[in-house]
Order: sequence, then structure tokens, then C-alpha cells
Amino acid sequence: MIGVAHYLTLAGLLFALSVAGIFLNRKNVIILLMCIELMLLAVNFNFITLSRFLGDAAGQVFVFFILTVAAAESAIGLAILVVLFRSRRSINVEELDSMKG
Amino acid sequence: MEAVIFYFFGAALIASAIGVVTSRNPVHSAMFLVLAFVTSAFLWMLLEAEFLAIVLVLVYVGAVMVLFLFVVMMLDVKVEQARAGFTRYAPLGIAVVMIIVAQLGYVVWARTQEMNFLQAPPRADAGFSNTELLGSQLYTDYAYPFELAAVILLVAIVAAIALTMRKRPGLKVQDVARQVQVRREDRVRLVSMDAEKGE
Amino acid sequence: MQQVLLTIVLAPLVASVVAGLFGAYVGRKGAHWLTILGVAVSFVLSTWVLRGLLVGDLAPFNDTVYTWGISDGVHMAVGFLVDRLSATMMVVVTFVSLMVHIYTIGYMHDDPGYQRFFSYISLFTFSMLMLVMANNFLQLFFGWEAVGLVSYLLIGFWFTRPTAIHANLKAFLVNRVGDFGFLLGIAAVLFYTGTLDYAEVFAAAPAIAGETIEIFSGRPWAAPTLICLLLFVGAMGKSAQVPLHVWLPDSMEGPTPISALIHAATMVTAGIFMVARMSPLFELSPTALSVVLVIGATTALFMGLLGLVQNDIKRVVAYSTLSQLGYMTVALGASAYAAGIFHLGTHAFFKALLFLAAGSVIIGMHHEQDIRRMGGLRRYMPITYWTALLGSLALIGFPGFSGFFSKDAIIEAVHASTIPGAGYAHACVLIGVFVTALYTFRMFFLVFHGSERMDEHVRAHLKESSLVVTAPLVLLAIPSVVIGWMAMEPVLFGQYFGQALMVSSERDVLAAVGSHGTDPAYFLVHGLTAPPFLLAMAGVFVAWWLYLYRPAMAPAIAERFRWIQGILVNKYYFDEVNEKALAPAVRALGQGLWRFGDQRLIDGAIVNGSARFIGWLSGVIRRLQSGYLYHYAFAMILGLAGMLGWLLMKG
Repeated sequence: MIGVAHYLTLAGLLFALSVAGIFLNRKNVIILLMCIELMLLAVNFNFITLSRFLGDAAGQVFVFFILTVAAAESAIGLAILVVLFRSRRSINVEELDSMKG
Repeated sequence: MEAVIFYFFGAALIASAIGVVTSRNPVHSAMFLVLAFVTSAFLWMLLEAEFLAIVLVLVYVGAVMVLFLFVVMMLDVKVEQARAGFTRYAPLGIAVVMIIVAQLGYVVWARTQEMNFLQAPPRADAGFSNTELLGSQLYTDYAYPFELAAVILLVAIVAAIALTMRKRPGLKVQDVARQVQVRREDRVRLVSMDAEKGE
Repeated sequence: MQQVLLTIVLAPLVASVVAGLFGAYVGRKGAHWLTILGVAVSFVLSTWVLRGLLVGDLAPFNDTVYTWGISDGVHMAVGFLVDRLSATMMVVVTFVSLMVHIYTIGYMHDDPGYQRFFSYISLFTFSMLMLVMANNFLQLFFGWEAVGLVSYLLIGFWFTRPTAIHANLKAFLVNRVGDFGFLLGIAAVLFYTGTLDYAEVFAAAPAIAGETIEIFSGRPWAAPTLICLLLFVGAMGKSAQVPLHVWLPDSMEGPTPISALIHAATMVTAGIFMVARMSPLFELSPTALSVVLVIGATTALFMGLLGLVQNDIKRVVAYSTLSQLGYMTVALGASAYAAGIFHLGTHAFFKALLFLAAGSVIIGMHHEQDIRRMGGLRRYMPITYWTALLGSLALIGFPGFSGFFSKDAIIEAVHASTIPGAGYAHACVLIGVFVTALYTFRMFFLVFHGSERMDEHVRAHLKESSLVVTAPLVLLAIPSVVIGWMAMEPVLFGQYFGQALMVSSERDVLAAVGSHGTDPAYFLVHGLTAPPFLLAMAGVFVAWWLYLYRPAMAPAIAERFRWIQGILVNKYYFDEVNEKALAPAVRALGQGLWRFGDQRLIDGAIVNGSARFIGWLSGVIRRLQSGYLYHYAFAMILGLAGMLGWLLMKG
């Protein structure tokens, strides 16, 4: 029988993997963005799981909003990337340190 | 049956997530991400979140990931450069990930065991519509956040366009206001000339 | 009643403001008529109030006129307490002030600062009235500081003279020392009683009698002693008691009418008045009374001695003022407050008279003040001569004159007193009588008798002063002679002051003095055989012997006792100690505080230090802000792990 713990474990693994991805692919902004998507997916997984097991639709409504915000976020993030690339001919994170204190 | 589906798609999800993280080519990462979204859509189906599963496939796979792929291909990131220093921070990253995994595992296993309310409720009957349920919630209790979400999307659209649109220096544009404001004196110069004299 | 009191106070103020700010419009005549009118109104009304209080038509007034502010339950207000004590002071102040106003018309006739001068003295009258009529410590302090300010302005009236500027600065600084103590005293009163109103403080006074305070650990002080000593420090500054007396002789740099009004008759007696007003507090502390007694006695004798060697006519009178203020203080210390106030009143008349007479002489001598270049003025200035003689006799306490009654009462009171220091004080005041007579008649003989030592040019122009100068002399001479005879019995032994003064029964020395008889005639008869009279006569005789009969002897004696002469001429080296020891020490302290406290601690450590600390801190923090995205992401994830861990720990 697949219980709540299985789904939560799966989501936790997904989250941990995306965190690892952020560490491993620290140079590539696009993959960083993808990892963030993955992270949000893990969070959504938790919401849906608990919505199901608690019998409360509010969790799904929340996922709906998270999807909306995530879509907006990735759209703007990619737009920023495009502008960045256009002005610097590179999206190498190593070179992006003009915000240094 | 349920367990088979869960483990199959769960394994596929983990595998594709590992693929996203470790692929050398960003295009491959994006494709693995698509796979991850699709498999999780199946798992969401299993969790009776049919509407969201479909939305995930349609919006994420259909729109967002296409955008990702488009950008990745357009920017043409050099693979070698992007992978440089991949392993340098790996031990640290793995350590932190281990800590987080341990913490999450502790939460999941130690805390959910004692909660008996987390038994799976019975399956809904065939006539039940998840979409209807979600819709009735969204348009009644969450009408106001729903509209805010719409505004956020609108802002995102405007922001994305404003960020990426550029004016090329040589572009000819029509300024209607200036056209309307034009007066005769600006354009026509009346010159009085003597009639041509014979040489 | 309230309107009357307000008019008394405000009439001089209005006149002062008009004369001061619109002096150019009202002109010289306008200025002096206006201010004289203002003071005259005050005088007439004050007299009416005093008469009403004495006859019984009016009840003593004690009420708030205007509430300035209430803070934490402390009521700060302008209010008047007019009983027989303050009414007496009001009459004295306004009368002397009126005389001085009139006299000034003659004395300042040629001065360019004519309107300014009238504005100042009217302002002084206002301030002094505020002081004596106050019913709370705050207003008392206001008046106290205001008279100090006007005194400062008037000593430096001729502000182009360096000596005048030096003198007024000195007066101001020395008074600051006293005022500091005074302010601390008021603060102590507020601390112990929670109120500034006289009546409430006096009502609460017995309750604080048992309280103590440890300023130095292990040395508890009785609270009333502390309060009284601090208040008396203020009185020492204002009334020029040793060692805060140094400013008064120098204040003679001011115009003579000012010396008469402020530095003889009224302002310097503010301290005496204040102590008398605070009698319910001082009666609680025999220690403080002893201090008052000893300081007063010291001032009375040793300042008198200084008068013997001065050659400036005004300075002689100034030292005599110091000495007489010492007498008043002695009276206060002996709990004979009534005698102190009585001497204050009589002294105000005869000392103002002497000052104005000295001023008249100075006018006649074309602003020559050295008595060694005078002599024989009796023939040229008869009115001045006779009035000065009356004033001098009053000063030395010649039987029948006002000074006799008041001074004799003080001496008898000290004799009857039993508190520690009374013996010393009694000796001082007795010798003081001899000294007073000696220096007074030394000056008198040198100025008005003997050979004419002035140069020919001055002698040719010698003449009696004009009517505006002599009229106040005559008017002041009358009370100088008769006021003692008239007022002695009710003031000293009767119920003249009613409830205004409080004397505890075990120290009621005036009752002891009056046990043999209280009428002036008895006093007169008794006085003719008592030591003070004999001493005074001896003083006059010695003065006559040394300065008229054998003028050559005085220098010879001075030569013989050169070291004493040196000490006296140098005024016991008070100024030297102040300037060579105290002032550098205080300046070094200030310098040190400035160097260490201000520059190092506040500027260095707190102001610049905090800026430096922020700079250093941000220098450290900016390294965290590398600009690299993955550093931020890493920090974020670490924070996430940390927060998760914390939530788990919490349970």
C-alpha cells in the first residue's frame, strides 16, 4: 500500500536532487533555473499529496497559484537571461560579479 | 497495481531529475526536465489531481519548457565552459544535500508514523470531477487571489516584453502626435521671387 | 489685590522696556520721567500694601497668578507671597530705587547711555520685586538670576573701560559659583518635598528633618543641613560673604547710583532676605546656622579691616557694605532673623545715603575718587556734608540713629546665642564696631575735614551738587535717622513680621534680648553704657587722632606694621589665590575634561568611533557580498537547512 510517506519521500528526494543540482551546476544559469523549477515541482508534490490525504482541496488551489507564479518567474528569468546575454555575450556566472559589495 | 505505477513512475522521476542535474548539455537537461514533469503528471493523476496534472503537462511542458528550450538553443551556451568546476564544489554540495535529506527523512518517517489521519481516503467514484471541485473553490473562496494571479501573469508578460524588446538605432517609426502637430510654417517656405529677367 | 501686585511688578518693567527699546523716541526726558513714574507707582502701591498689612485691612496674599507649566506633578508658576516681610522689602526696594532714579538725573547728566541706564535700573527694580514677592523657588530663582544679570549689565555700564568689563565678568563668574549651590539647593528642596511652593515646602519641612543623605559614603548628612547649606552658598554669592565676596569691591566700577541701589541697598541683601524667608528650613538645622554665623562674623570683621586701607572713596563704602552684610548674616545665624531684616532695612537707607553722598562728592571733584586728594569739602558742599555725617553716624551705630538699634540688636542677639561659634561671632562683631567707626570716620575726616589736598583747578570749580542730587540725600537721611527709633520695638520684639519668620523657641535670642525691656528709650540708655557704644566712640576718636590731629602718625604706623598693611592692601590675597590657584586649577580641569571627555571619549570613541566601527563592520560584511549568484544560492540553502534544523530541534 502506497502511503503518504512514500509520496513525501519521493518529493523530498526530488527536492534534495534539485538542491544538489544548484550546487553542481553553479556556472550555468539556465540549469539553475531548471533546478528551481524542479524544486517547485517537489513542493507542489507535497501540496498535492497532503491535499489528497487530508481531503482538502485548498492544497490543490495553492499548487495552482504556485504554477502561475512559477510560470511568471521563469518567463521573467529567461527574459533577463536574454538581455544579459545580449549585453555581455555570455551567461557565465563567473563573470557576473558587478554587484560585488 | 497502484504500487507498481508509483514505483515505476517514481523511479522514472528520480532518474530524470538526476539527468537534469548531471547532463552535460543544457538541451538534454531541458529534455530530462520535460520527462520529469510528465512523470510527475502521472503521479499526480494517481493522487486524484487530474486537473493539475493536465495543467502541468499543458502549461509546463507545452509552454514553459518550450521557452526554456528556445532560450537554450538561442543562447548557444558552450558546454565545456558551463561544466567547468563541476566537481570542485561537489563534496560540499553533497554534504549539504545529505543534511537536508536526513532532515526531511526524519520529518517524514519520525513524524508521519504516529499520525493516523494520514491513511489514504477511499477513491472517489467515477462521476467525481476534480476540475469542478477546483473551479468551485477558485471562483468562490479564492476569487480574489485568483485575480491577483492573473495580474501577476499580466505583469510578467509586460515585464518580459519590456526586458527583451529593443529599439534598433536605424528603425523608422511613425509618431502620430508629431504628425498631427505639424503646422504649415514648419514645412512650407514661401519665397517671393522676381520674374525671370531676360539676360 | 492681585491687580495691585501685578501693577507693582509690571510698572517698572513696562517703563524699562519702553525706555530701553524706544529710548531714541522718548528721548532723555521721556526716559527718566517714564521710569520714575513707573517706580513711583510701585512705591506708592507698595506703601499702600504695607500699610494695609500693618493696619489689618489686607490679609497676607499667597496665590498663583500664572501657571507656567506642570511637569510630573511639579507646579511651575508665577505667584506672589506678600506678607509683612516681603511688603517691607518691597517698600525698601522701591523707595531706594525711586531715590536713585531721581539722583541719576543729576549724576548721569552728561552720559550718552542715559536712556539705557534708566532702562536697566527699572529692569532691576522689576527683577528685585519679582524676587522678594515670589511664592515659589522657581520665581525666586528667576528674580535671583535677573538681578544678577542687571548687576552684570550695570557694572559693565561703561563697557569701553577694560576694568569695568573685568569687574562685571568677575561679578558674574563669582555669582555663578553661588548660583550653582543655590540651584542645587532648590533641586534638593524639590527632591525632598516634591514641590517648589514656599508654603508647601515649609509645611513639609518638619517631615524631612529626620532624613539623611550620604554624599560621601559613611558620612550621613541631615537633609535640612544639606538644603540650607546649599541655599546659603547661593546667599554667599549674592550677598558677598567670604569667600565669595571678591566681586563686590570690584563692582564699584559701575556708576555710583548703581553702587548705591544694587551693590549696597537691595540686590546684595537678596541673600539675607532669602535666608530669612527660608527661616522654617534653617531652623531645622543648627549646623547650617552655625556655618552662617561663622561666615557672617568673619565677613563682618575682616572685610571691615580692609576698609581701613582703601583710598578710593567708593571702595571704602563697598567694604563697609561687605562688613554690614556680615552683620546681617550673623543675625541670621543667631536666629535673630528679625534683627537681620531690620538691619537690612536701616542699612539700605544709610548705605544708599552714603553712596549717594560719595557720588555727590565725586561729581563735585570731577570724578576724582581718591580720598587722599580730597579734604575740607565741608565748606563747599554743606548739604552733602551734613547728610553724609548723618549716614556715617547711622553706620557706626551712634545711639539714637537707625544703625544703632539694628546693630545693637544683632550684637545682643549674638551675645545671647548659644549655638557653636557664637563666642567667636560675638568677638568679631564687637571688634567690628570699632573698625567700622574707624574706617567710616577716617573717610569722613579725610574727605570733609583737614587740609584741602585737591589741585587748584578742581578747587575752583567745587560747588554743591544740584537739587536732583541733594534731594534724595535729604530724603534718605530722614529714615536713616528716625527709622530705627520708630520701628525697633515692633520689628524686633513685637509681632511685626507675624508668621513670615519662624524661630524655634530654644533659639529665640531676640526674646532673651528683650527680656529686660523693649522700648527704644531703654535701649538708648542701655546702649550708652554698653561696650559697642564705647568701642564706636573709640573708633571715632582714633580716626580723629590719626587723620586730623596727627596726620603724620598714620603713615608711621603703616610703616611699622608693614606686613599687616601688605595683607590688608592685598585683600588677604583672595584675588591672588583665585587667579593663581583656583582659576588655573579649574581651567586645567576643564581642559582635561575637554581633552579626555570631549575629544577622546565623545568625539573620539562615541562619534567617530561608531562611524569607524560601522566602516569596519561593513568592510567585513562586504566580503560576503561577492556578487556571485551561487554564493547567494549557497547561503540561501544553508539558511534553509539551518532553519529546518532549528524547527526540528524545537519539536
